[in-house]
Amino acid sequence: MDILIVIEDNNSKVHRMGLECITAAQQMAKESGLSIAALVMGSNADDLASQVTNYDINEVLTLKHELLSSYSCDGYAEAVKQVIDQESPKYVLFGHTYQVRDYVPKISAKLMKPFIVDSISMKSDGEQSVFTKQMFNAKLYSDMIATDEGPLLISFQSAAYSSDNAVSGSASVRDISVNLEPSMIKTESEEPFQEESGGVDLTSAEIIVSVGRGIGKEENIPMAEDLAKTIGGELASSRPVVDSGWLSATHQIGSSGQSVSPKMYLALGISGAIQHVVGMKGSKNIVAINKDPEAPIFEIADYGVVADVLEILPKLTEALK
Amino acid sequence: MKIAVLVKQVPGSESPLPLNSDQSWLDGNGISYVMNECDNYAIEEALQIKERNGDGEVVVISLGPERVQKVIREGLAKGADRAIHVQIDSDALADPLIIASLLTEAIRGENFDLIFSGLQSDDLGMGQTGIIVGELLGMSTASLGMATELSDGKIKVKRELEAGFFQWVSMSLPASITIQSGLNTPRYPSLKGIMGAKKKEINVLTPNLENVKQSAKKVYVPQSDKQTVMIEGSVDQVVDKLVETFRNEIKVV
Repeated sequence: MDILIVIEDNNSKVHRMGLECITAAQQMAKESGLSIAALVMGSNADDLASQVTNYDINEVLTLKHELLSSYSCDGYAEAVKQVIDQESPKYVLFGHTYQVRDYVPKISAKLMKPFIVDSISMKSDGEQSVFTKQMFNAKLYSDMIATDEGPLLISFQSAAYSSDNAVSGSASVRDISVNLEPSMIKTESEEPFQEESGGVDLTSAEIIVSVGRGIGKEENIPMAEDLAKTIGGELASSRPVVDSGWLSATHQIGSSGQSVSPKMYLALGISGAIQHVVGMKGSKNIVAINKDPEAPIFEIADYGVVADVLEILPKLTEALK
Repeated sequence: MKIAVLVKQVPGSESPLPLNSDQSWLDGNGISYVMNECDNYAIEEALQIKERNGDGEVVVISLGPERVQKVIREGLAKGADRAIHVQIDSDALADPLIIASLLTEAIRGENFDLIFSGLQSDDLGMGQTGIIVGELLGMSTASLGMATELSDGKIKVKRELEAGFFQWVSMSLPASITIQSGLNTPRYPSLKGIMGAKKKEINVLTPNLENVKQSAKKVYVPQSDKQTVMIEGSVDQVVDKLVETFRNEIKVV
């Protein structure tokens, strides 16, 4: 095949970003007539296969091996590397998940082939594929090109393509195998766990008041809390606020926290780094207050105020009371 | 315990980002550079391990033009023992495979027990260098480290997963671990440290740049496809307009 999509297992469900990759692959194939296969691995491979055979792709490859029954970076990297060797795809697509960030650079090193990460869109300039990537905390975009013969490894940012646009069809299933030895796997993993139980469920909140570095100091957090209470919303934050210990990790929105899509997301002093934006860009209305007019949060805001949040916040709460 | 810390100098979060005339990269003039944020945490983790063990060596390694010696000195001032500067003239190298290969060749003979690096850089955000270096050196690797525990030639790393989950992963040394921000409290250099850093050794290497495998064709300021309504005026006017927007446009009050 020409395009290989590596599907991630999310508790025996196809990871949402795997479906988004199907949309991306179909768009690539439509323009160039390329063939598409999806790879599913591990003990849930059959389950995952049945969830992707009804899309318009050529093949689903199922790979089962006892050393792939749970995730390890060494096992997954070696397995996918061998599949690439066997199948010789031109492009290998991944969702830019935490798991992909963990093992795919190893495939790049094993093959000495480039891995273009976290792309938000793909186009052709007539000669080659161009992959747009956010850089410098999303303040600039860069059109990346591979200057190497394939296979080319690519990961797409969450929601770069919509799974709603994936075209239905039917795909055949083929079992494949790889050679893995226990000695290849150098890490031993324990069960995943959550740090704090009974945390704040922000995903069902209608209104979210979220604070970033611009709130200045821990002593200013109650001002935002007061606004959240007044307006009937939940308090959330970006990563730096949690790193500084001003709020617990359960409040964190973004790639390492919760993903939300409330009716209103009020971003107070949040610059809009990619890691934060991926967790809130689906919000129906984004209102951003930031003193830096260049802050990338304004790129995605519906309403923007260039001002110091500390000046606006108390008066806004007062006016809403 | 011999620990390498890979650090990178990047434009500060408030620095202007002027583009060069053909928009192939930034114009280096007018940019204020700082140490990549999570690299500070990587240095701190290495220094704490050395201090707990009572012996060992922490070596700061950075790739880039001459200017990167500023962050190297910062690492030395914080307490690293010596440094390696892999000097290349290009400002526009955006290929993690080549960056990692150059770093790998620079440290291959050092036989480090541990390599720490920030999980990604605030400029390119590729997030691959530390893992590729580890793989090329045949080491164990782990990404997104939120805590480390060392015992009996093994390291246990608390990895951050998605959606608020974590996982402990243990592996034999040598290992290359990428470090997430927030796992410790990075120290500031002391005055004594700053003075002492001037005497510490920086080994400067000047390798040939290999053919890159990926590169930036064009860099540009994104055009927002969203129409942002900017609310302007005095503080009181802005507050009034916000309340009106909440009430009549978004309909949340």
